[in-house]
Amino acid sequence: MSDASQVTQSDRDEMRRNGILVTSIQEIYNWGRSHSVWPLQFGLACCAIEMIAASMAKYDIARFGSEVFRPSPRQADLLIVSGTVTKKMAPQVVRIWNLMPEPKFCIAMGACAISGGPFKQGYNVLKGIDRFLPVDLYIPGCPPRPEALLHGLIELQKRIGKEPMRTSRLSPAAGDSPAKTYVLPEFGEHDIVPPCNPAIWKAPELTGLDRT
Amino acid sequence: METIEAIRDRILATFPGAEVTVVLNGSPSAQHSLRIGKAHALAIARWLRNDEALSLDQCSNVTGVDWPEREVTENKVKRIEPGCLEVVYHLYSISKRLGPVVIRMRTGNRTDDVTLPSLTPVWRACEFQEREVFDLFGVHFGGHPDLRRILMWDEFKDHPMRRDYVAPDDFDWEPTPHDDVLARAKENREKRTAAPAKEGGA
Amino acid sequence: MNTVADLFSENTGFREGDLLELSMGPHHPSTHGVFRMNVTLDGERVVRLKPVFGYLHRNHEKIAEGNSYLAAMPYTDRLDYLAGMTNNWAYAHAVEKLCGVEVPVRAEYLRVILAELTRIQNHACLCGFLVQDLGASGTPLMYAFREREKVLDLFEAISGSRMMGNFQRFGGCREDAKPEWLAAVAKLVAEFPSFLDEFEELLAGNEIILSRTQGIGVMKADQAVNAGVTGPVLRSTGVAHDLRKVDRYGVYSRFEFSVPVGAHGDTYDRYMVRLLECRESLKILAQALKDIPDGPVLDPKAKQKGLRPKAGEAYGRIEGPKGEIGFYLISDGGPNPYRFRIRPPSLINLTLLEDICLGQTLADAVAVLGSIDIVLGEVDR
Repeated sequence: MSDASQVTQSDRDEMRRNGILVTSIQEIYNWGRSHSVWPLQFGLACCAIEMIAASMAKYDIARFGSEVFRPSPRQADLLIVSGTVTKKMAPQVVRIWNLMPEPKFCIAMGACAISGGPFKQGYNVLKGIDRFLPVDLYIPGCPPRPEALLHGLIELQKRIGKEPMRTSRLSPAAGDSPAKTYVLPEFGEHDIVPPCNPAIWKAPELTGLDRT
Repeated sequence: METIEAIRDRILATFPGAEVTVVLNGSPSAQHSLRIGKAHALAIARWLRNDEALSLDQCSNVTGVDWPEREVTENKVKRIEPGCLEVVYHLYSISKRLGPVVIRMRTGNRTDDVTLPSLTPVWRACEFQEREVFDLFGVHFGGHPDLRRILMWDEFKDHPMRRDYVAPDDFDWEPTPHDDVLARAKENREKRTAAPAKEGGA
Repeated sequence: MNTVADLFSENTGFREGDLLELSMGPHHPSTHGVFRMNVTLDGERVVRLKPVFGYLHRNHEKIAEGNSYLAAMPYTDRLDYLAGMTNNWAYAHAVEKLCGVEVPVRAEYLRVILAELTRIQNHACLCGFLVQDLGASGTPLMYAFREREKVLDLFEAISGSRMMGNFQRFGGCREDAKPEWLAAVAKLVAEFPSFLDEFEELLAGNEIILSRTQGIGVMKADQAVNAGVTGPVLRSTGVAHDLRKVDRYGVYSRFEFSVPVGAHGDTYDRYMVRLLECRESLKILAQALKDIPDGPVLDPKAKQKGLRPKAGEAYGRIEGPKGEIGFYLISDGGPNPYRFRIRPPSLINLTLLEDICLGQTLADAVAVLGSIDIVLGEVDR
């Protein structure tokens, strides 16, 4: 229950015209949080080049407060999985995710990170990073244009902006606040073990298999 | 550049008793090759590099080819052609601007007789590429300085570029499966529906 | 039996605890992707460096062997994702050799234009990344990407995609270039030298860059040839080996251009060779734009879908921005390639990485790696 809900939007607009800004701590807090998302400087494949392009002058991700690409997962709160995650790389990606402090977000950028994309026939390709990580946002494309990444970022900011403060993953009241550790796959003789994290991923039920 | 037959004749003149056969290439590229027995391969390779007329100083490309056992019909007689692994080297001369001279070697079979001499001592360029052939095809290179898996992880047991390799079954959930993926998706669904029923019965 | 550590100790004289073992990568900001180097350091000096590959092994070869010849074309874009157009060309070139297909002259010119555009944007990126590796964070890379965006706009206009053009076909190109597009290329060719001048003026004489690059990571010519090194890295050692001159594929014999070579094979030469190559590429582009003839870019009868070359094999190679990019194809007469092999210049150029980094500081090893110019999509395939 936010106290700001007592004041309607038209009330606020009226007051703003008179030079009075009415807001709530939650709004200020989320406004700050959503405009200082620090992505991890973590490139995997082709999509990483478009991610770099998004941070360069023409697309300029700095306009959205996310130009501070951090090389250390300890300092980042957004993991952009930009490209094909191979089975050899999957443990590293999960490890990096486990190292990031809460609250953190994960964007699957590009077809490969979503589902394996064009490489899903590959024996060494993980068919989607959502088998191991909780993905907040999917950005389709092969690779997605920098604008698409910016769009994804704006959508993420909207989501952060709506996060109630009391149940935010940062808040001690939020239950599972201590960072959850996700299962780290190990290298097996024929495949990684386990091939997916059953706690967060289940093969979708396929319908329409019997169509002619 | 001299013809492949001329190169073969000069090799045979230098190394009497060496196994060298010309493999003709049917495509318009006309890149014919020499199949070399593994006994003299290293010496022949060194000779090809040092020979004044050829001076094949660069080994551009090394790759493996898998030839599984197959049935061939020749003159209406069926016979089983045994399988083998083949390694192909594309050699060029940078100083003479010649090439490619293609040489190839074959293993005895695909299971236990898979050792070939490494040509890394002659051309350093083979180092990573022979490791790759070892990793993906399972050819052992005797005399290689650092023969380890290069692309897959060390614990991996299979050789995925072989024709009979079966990949882990993990992409059956695509939204619009077709052809053999559809068949696999159906099979997996049956497995999944069969498993809980068993649990319920027990 | 001696362990590796014992042997190492015998050979180097270091005892346990003297050295620091460091795993750089696969997540490291300066390894250009998911490359990993296991480095052993004596203080700051590199005494051992073992590259570890495979973190982006996407099974290009296996996938291509399970699909038709044409279906492999879009995958080649994703090999070296900074140079999709030259990869396309190399693959089309190999298939044309395998089938004996003729390419119309206009298509050859168009390929040259696209390949040289690819080269300049690749080299611009490389120089930006290299300077970033040396510690000049941000600005030079921004300049390089500003130019790259201009080239990508041209690619997008002709192929519909910024990076993944899927543009070449067996025996020509997918689309023809409109006169406006060629005019836009001419405009870029006219403007690009000012970027090169600016970049050189800012950086080439910079004292820090000179001391961090000159005499660092020296590669000798005979060593490089023996290790299969190609492209600008080989030329920086003084070997004037450029497939555009050696093989004279396409219509390259019609253009006048020179092959810049280095004298020392150090990081500085590798960097400068690229800047000079950009200027030569602009010369080629200007000539190609002047001479490009009219005509079709693709014979409509040239078979694309359902291509079944007769049994045989072919190795086709061209000069990509990173070196000799080649495709080795074996056909058994079926609709899929029996064997599809990519000759990756980035991987083979790394053969000498350990040799040239030994004795350098770790920070310089990063710059040496940057100057070799790798793209992991191609290293691991």
